[in-house]
Amino acid sequence: MTLFRLLFRNAFRNRLRSALTILGVTVAILAFGLLRTLIGAWYAGVEASSATRLVTRNAVSLIFPLPFSYKEKIRQVSGVKSVSWGNWFGGIYIDEKNFFANYAVDPETYLSLYPEFILSPADKAVFLRDRKGFLAGRKLADKYRWQPGDTVTLRGTIFPGNWDFVLRGIYRGRDENVDESQFIFHWSYLNETLKKTAPARADQVGFYMIGVEHPDVAGEVAAAIDRMFKNSMAETLTETEKAFQLGFIAMTGAIVTAIQIVSFVVIFIIMAVVANTMAMTTRERFGEYAVMKTLGFRGKHLAALILGESLVITLLGCALGIALTYPAAALIKEKLGTYFPIFNVDAHTIYLDLAAAFLVGVVAALIPLSRAIGIRIAEGLRRIA
Amino acid sequence: MILPISYTLRNLWTRRLTTALTIAGMALVVFVFAAILMLAEGLQKTLVETGSFDNIVVIRKGAVSEVQSSVARDQAAVVETEPEIALGPEGQLLLARELVVLITLPKRVTGSPGNVVLRGIASASVTLRPQVKLVAGRRPRPGSMEMMAGISIAQRFQGGGLNETLCCGMRNWRIVGVFDAGNRGYSSEIWGDADQLMSAFRRPAYSSVIFRLRDSEGFERVKARLEQDPRLTVEFKRETKYYAEQSELMAKFLRILGLTLTLIFSLGAMIGAMITMYAAVANRTGEIGTLRALGFQRRDILMAFLMESLLLGLLGGVVGLFLASFLQLITVSTMNFQTFSELAFSFTLTPKIVISSLLFALIMGFVGGVLPAMRAARMKIVDALRTG
Repeated sequence: MTLFRLLFRNAFRNRLRSALTILGVTVAILAFGLLRTLIGAWYAGVEASSATRLVTRNAVSLIFPLPFSYKEKIRQVSGVKSVSWGNWFGGIYIDEKNFFANYAVDPETYLSLYPEFILSPADKAVFLRDRKGFLAGRKLADKYRWQPGDTVTLRGTIFPGNWDFVLRGIYRGRDENVDESQFIFHWSYLNETLKKTAPARADQVGFYMIGVEHPDVAGEVAAAIDRMFKNSMAETLTETEKAFQLGFIAMTGAIVTAIQIVSFVVIFIIMAVVANTMAMTTRERFGEYAVMKTLGFRGKHLAALILGESLVITLLGCALGIALTYPAAALIKEKLGTYFPIFNVDAHTIYLDLAAAFLVGVVAALIPLSRAIGIRIAEGLRRIA
Repeated sequence: MILPISYTLRNLWTRRLTTALTIAGMALVVFVFAAILMLAEGLQKTLVETGSFDNIVVIRKGAVSEVQSSVARDQAAVVETEPEIALGPEGQLLLARELVVLITLPKRVTGSPGNVVLRGIASASVTLRPQVKLVAGRRPRPGSMEMMAGISIAQRFQGGGLNETLCCGMRNWRIVGVFDAGNRGYSSEIWGDADQLMSAFRRPAYSSVIFRLRDSEGFERVKARLEQDPRLTVEFKRETKYYAEQSELMAKFLRILGLTLTLIFSLGAMIGAMITMYAAVANRTGEIGTLRALGFQRRDILMAFLMESLLLGLLGGVVGLFLASFLQLITVSTMNFQTFSELAFSFTLTPKIVISSLLFALIMGFVGGVLPAMRAARMKIVDALRTG
């Protein structure tokens, strides 16, 4: 008990310095936590993927379509429960900076494959009836203040022209991993229009989403589908939804790695700051340490004092930083929702925060500690801070 | 009287450990600051230098990149008849109808997939891009199933090396040459015969038409005339502008990310400097009193401490930049969001980045030092001498 009181008293002997150091640790922990969450946001698609969904696409690359006729063939593969299909539309709403994902999908099968999109039965019925209708996620609709019945025009980049859609429903996510900023419309609207304007591009599908009966058969089903279309005009590549999403992340791997490295740099920066504080503190107290040694305290007692003080400072800063991480993440989610639809602080991040603060506390105490232990009594008493 | 600079230098030297730790903190911030700016600069430079000013890219209206675009054969034929197109030494048109598609290839090291640009070229394509130099093997023969790969593809992707085979569109394509276009986008592409690729991928239309202008001034003329032409649904862009646009979004993303990060990080480093400077002031209270008694003005004391903190910042900036300059040896290969394809580029240090990094470091030093220096300057002579 006395040790703790001593630690706190010591830590706040120089109020300004301790307060500044704690503030520094708070900022660093906050930055570290947000960067970790940012990396988590990158992997959000992976987290949200289901083990019972497969994605089939053209083996050459995503920009090549698959024939619509594959649908029936895939449906016949044993283990396949349902098949949906769609195209990445790549439309632009007014300006390029208003980016959001927009897909043309077969609505009925797609919604049954994605039970995590929650939609009222009435809205669903209206959406399914209207070929020009679209569904928007809650966040997307909030951002642009779309009301059901509003007409929204997208400018096609892959499919030229201006495309009009009518908002028929707003979906919510079942849990916070679900992306609530997508724009989904009828594939038949796209296809029927293409039949008139660009018949060569009609009846082609960007990807098939396949629901399998059980996660265990996913591997076999994927292999069976790819085998079926081997040596055909459009060979397929079938992966679980998770592998498909991971493939996307791998492509931007360099950026994820950079953010990861940078998130550790901030820990090193704060390490230097805390080490500096501890070095100053102990230098000022060399005389004191000499007195304590004279009284019979050993090196280990001094070590406990210095280490303890360093940990008091870093852990206080860490607690403040963690407390601020949640409102900061909520703010980012609100302001930058288009770029990071999912921005949730993970429990794992908090453990990392604590580990980092602990590490900083220990490392920062090392040099001052070794100096204080090594000091000779006479020398310490003679020395003026 | 102004306090000599050696006074400041010696003060820093006496408290070596503290000085070193403060500088280390600032150096790390400057390192991150410079690194991210260098990354964004490298990306932009690579794409901007890819284009030539006198080359014109023709893509479908509304398409953002060649990959999304399609130019039908009859439209390409209309473009081909324009008088502004330059002629080569043998009287051939300096115009190439090209096909651009993406193929997925596994990386050599990790095996993870990347989207690689596959460009179907015509005979004039190489003449239009004099930056492209063959470094191994030979050029693919026109009309054959041979290809040549850019050097960053040859090094990084399976199937991209010399004499390796790529398999797509139900055919096998042999890499017969490797070319280097320096730090340009072409180094991250694979080139093969356009007509062969079109039949392999069942593409009825080209992706783009590239031509050289006879004289640079002719651009507005040909653009105005052809964009009015009812037979065409295309856009004309100078190649430099076309490639510059493809780096905008991602470079902006990197810059914003970088600035936000370094602003937050710099708080930590500024606090570090502030702690150091407050300690310096507290430890030298008696000294400050003596200096004032000797006749040095408040101004001089303020300047001396501010100099000390600015010096800390400058040293941090120099160390950070020194470390960051080694990054130039590293080449990054990642997907450009805008084109959805792999692009290799290196960290690029420009004088502008050097200046802004040093300025940033000085600002950190200033903000960290201004409050402690003011405290030192405000001290009353008597009080200061008494505490000392």
